[in-house]
Amino acid sequence: MTRKSQSHSARITRRVFTAGVGAAGFVAGAAPFNIVRGQGGPLKVGVLLPRSGLQAGIGQDCQRGVTIAPGVLNSLGLPALDIMNADTESNVDTARARAEKLINDGAQLLVGAFDSGQTTAIAQVAEQKGIPLVINIAGAPQITEQGYKFVFRNFPTGPMIVGDAFANQKEVFAAAGSEPKTVVFLHINDTYGTAIAGAVEHVMPKFDMPYTIAEKISYDPAARDLSVEVAKAKATNADALLVVSRLNDAMLLTRELVKQRWTPQAVLSMGPGWYEDQYLRTLGKLADGPISFVPWYDPHKKLTAVLEAALAKADPGINLNTNHIFTFEALLVAADAYKRAGSTDPKALADAIRTTNITDNVSIGPGISFNAKGQNDKVKDGAIQNVGGKLVTLAPKEAANAKPVWPMPSYAGRG
Amino acid sequence: MPLDVYLNVAVGGVLTGLVYGLLALGLSVIFGVVRVVNFAHGEMMTIAMFIAVVLCTGFHLDPLLLLVPIAAVLFAFGYVLQRGLINLFITRPEHTQFLLLVALAIVITNVLLIVFGPDARAVQTSYALDSFQIGPLIVDAAKVYAGLAAIVFSAALFAFFRFTLVGKAIRAAADNHTGALVVGLDVKRLYALTFGLGAACVGAAGTMLTLLVDATPMLGPSYTLLSFVIVITGGLGSLPGALFGGMLIGVTEALAGLLFTPSIKSMFAFAILVLVLLFRPQGILGKRLA
Amino acid sequence: MSALLSAGVRPRGALLLAALLAVLLAAPWIVSDYLLTILIIILYFAYTGQAWNIMMGFAGQLSLGHALYLGLGGYAAATLFTQFGIGPWLGLLMAMPIAAAGGAIIGFLAFRFGVTGVYFAILTIAFAEFTRIGFDNWNFVNASSGLFLPVKQYAHNDLWRLRGDPTMFYYVILAATVALFVLCHFLIRSRVGYFWLAIREDELAARAAGINTFRYKMLAVMVSAAVTSFGGVFYAFFYNNLFPEQIFSIFRSIEIILGPIIGGIGTLVGPLVGAFVLTGLAETLNSTMTAFGIDLPGVKQVFYGVCLLIVVVALPDGVWPPLARRLGIGRDDS
Repeated sequence: MTRKSQSHSARITRRVFTAGVGAAGFVAGAAPFNIVRGQGGPLKVGVLLPRSGLQAGIGQDCQRGVTIAPGVLNSLGLPALDIMNADTESNVDTARARAEKLINDGAQLLVGAFDSGQTTAIAQVAEQKGIPLVINIAGAPQITEQGYKFVFRNFPTGPMIVGDAFANQKEVFAAAGSEPKTVVFLHINDTYGTAIAGAVEHVMPKFDMPYTIAEKISYDPAARDLSVEVAKAKATNADALLVVSRLNDAMLLTRELVKQRWTPQAVLSMGPGWYEDQYLRTLGKLADGPISFVPWYDPHKKLTAVLEAALAKADPGINLNTNHIFTFEALLVAADAYKRAGSTDPKALADAIRTTNITDNVSIGPGISFNAKGQNDKVKDGAIQNVGGKLVTLAPKEAANAKPVWPMPSYAGRG
Repeated sequence: MPLDVYLNVAVGGVLTGLVYGLLALGLSVIFGVVRVVNFAHGEMMTIAMFIAVVLCTGFHLDPLLLLVPIAAVLFAFGYVLQRGLINLFITRPEHTQFLLLVALAIVITNVLLIVFGPDARAVQTSYALDSFQIGPLIVDAAKVYAGLAAIVFSAALFAFFRFTLVGKAIRAAADNHTGALVVGLDVKRLYALTFGLGAACVGAAGTMLTLLVDATPMLGPSYTLLSFVIVITGGLGSLPGALFGGMLIGVTEALAGLLFTPSIKSMFAFAILVLVLLFRPQGILGKRLA
Repeated sequence: MSALLSAGVRPRGALLLAALLAVLLAAPWIVSDYLLTILIIILYFAYTGQAWNIMMGFAGQLSLGHALYLGLGGYAAATLFTQFGIGPWLGLLMAMPIAAAGGAIIGFLAFRFGVTGVYFAILTIAFAEFTRIGFDNWNFVNASSGLFLPVKQYAHNDLWRLRGDPTMFYYVILAATVALFVLCHFLIRSRVGYFWLAIREDELAARAAGINTFRYKMLAVMVSAAVTSFGGVFYAFFYNNLFPEQIFSIFRSIEIILGPIIGGIGTLVGPLVGAFVLTGLAETLNSTMTAFGIDLPGVKQVFYGVCLLIVVVALPDGVWPPLARRLGIGRDDS
């Protein structure tokens, strides 16, 4: 090797740094042995959630469901889980790499990942490796239409959410004794929002709803200002506002409704945001009224109270919501399958999951079971309303614990 | 659609545009003088927003009161950043500058995420949800205050550049780097000062924006893009250009959202940007570059 | 820097490259599945980075909206596959012209109207964003719901339809990267390459010397765009889903250019080195943090950003030139 006269220590340090980084990376990841097949001991469950990046808020909220799970599962007499957390960073490439790494590190079952794109990538890895994936939240119907044998979803698809929403809306209208004649449909133009909008178009004719959609307005997820959207909605003079949004837009929309002095008969939301803790906290009295048609817990079920108590202890001041429930239930499915399979062999686990039948669960509906495609087609959505800063369940009948407040009290008079 | 809806939306667009214009002003100052492509612009604004939120909710203050202090804090931040780090990169090719600021943006965004968490933080003011009713118009009060503050701040900055010695020195350095050196100006210090001033604009704009938007760590990139669109449209190196550009983009987006579907309103801003870049690269109010 | 492009292939350099290639060819047998996925990601970034490098490193045009070509390529091939069942290799015949056309439009508008430097970069961003929002609202490609490719089987490797296990994808991207590497090697030493060098160093002088700068700049843009589009096709068929806000996003454009800039713009091996360093860095950080039990989201990105800062400050020409000097390859400044 030729010696350069200028080889002072800085050069060596730089070169060693980059070479060392590269080498360390390979050494760290180079463990060539993959799946640990064995018996006994806790089940290694890899949990993939978007805990940083654009979806950080939701990912970290789902994580709360993970944190309280072990204690609750233990109290139910279910076997222990060894949970391995991974951050997908709201990114498809990272999601796939993290899934591979978890399996490499011995994960025998995967749970995740909230986002449909990331979940699809992880599902492919799971299917190829023969490791069961229990999806906590992801709405795209295509994921369970691929003929996978190792992918299971305990969460409704977009069309299911919309179908239940319409059915529940009818119940709510009946209980309220009133119904809107026209609605304006405002939806966020992202994966979830567009999926719901598409589903609405297909599903609505089958339900013979009492209202017509006066106008469909879609807005940019990165919108900093929703005054135009609300102005347009207000100009339609519709009775009620049908909306699909996320948390930040829900707050922006509400503020605009107040500022532009428009109180619709009702705000019917088919997505997140309008019932979340931050919405209630930030808007205070202005938060009351909106009705959300979302997958939810059944307040009458035993396990719900247990879960609520556990959450209150771990995170005081946080209300139990969809993110926590379904992430917990995914782990519940895992533990239950492990108990019945009696082995950590992924194939045995997958077979056990296929025959899952948990009636003592949290979400609305007869319980957790999976059809031939790996989809829980029996899970039902609820209708919840913000009343006095709290959430009450209006529908379906078996889960209802309150009557709707209808119409929504005017924003102007709320002080 | 009735006319007053259009008017309402247009007025709203103008007012918000003023605040965006102030943000873009900071970029115009930085880019126009120091010639650094500040891709961490939006992230700097996010820092200011979080400072504002923390102080306002902690001490029950109004953001507009904190305008000057936060601008001062950001000024210091910008000055140190330029002097310490960015100065090394002035002569380096654009892609390296770009990478430097992108790396900085990544660090800022994630530090904010770690410290504040992903949840949106809001400032509660008594007038946050007020609106003025002037005939058929319903105008958002918070936007009016923010817009007025933006005008005042910009005017102050404009006066600084026009009438003070330091301001003139900065303009000289921008017009002719070598000439400035020849005349004996301490260009390094002037650059740092300028970057600081640009950062101060960002700080002020961010504080005002807390009246309109909730603070989250991931807010940065879309505001950086917006600032570039406005600066180039309005005219680099032209202070009124930045404000004008802001209002133009604000109104265009608002009206486009009304006439077509809101989810494509940003396309119009980018279309305008392309047209300006092609046919009038110095911007609508900019001076022809040498 | 100018000597970098004209550096010949020294025997030692060729030997090292051959060794690397041998290792990479044997990789699926040596490393774990996880590491194989990482290698796929590295090669993908090396490939797209090299494609971008053609425009920037060789012809000096800074493009910050390169994700546009990824997206155009990916969507073209994916749509043909989902709507008409046309395989990706035939789809490529459609994807490349579409991407090249996109590049041509941008190039034509920019070069005819004299948009250069930073302004050109911003123009590319504008086009990418415009297209992103457009696709987000275009129902034919499913708008923002995303385009999902049907995944029918993993049982056997179907190279024609790119359905199969990661090993197949690994060899595809490895072959593509090697092919692109060879293409670039010849491009640099060709007449076109020298014209590009002249344009990059001093466009005015090049024009004075009689080079049709417009034509050659257009060529650089179109070649770069077309080559990048294969990356998009690969992405679509590997991940089996496409969302406009992900594939056209500015973050993706930034991802593409990190590798070549860190590795060394204008060098042949720069993008490859950069890709290894960056992905290696990211994974090492992840492993280290897991080993230390640090579970705080965002920490890894902070370290990553700081490392980027350090590299960009300390190594102005990228990682490769000093590394090459150290390894004794190339001449005094390659």
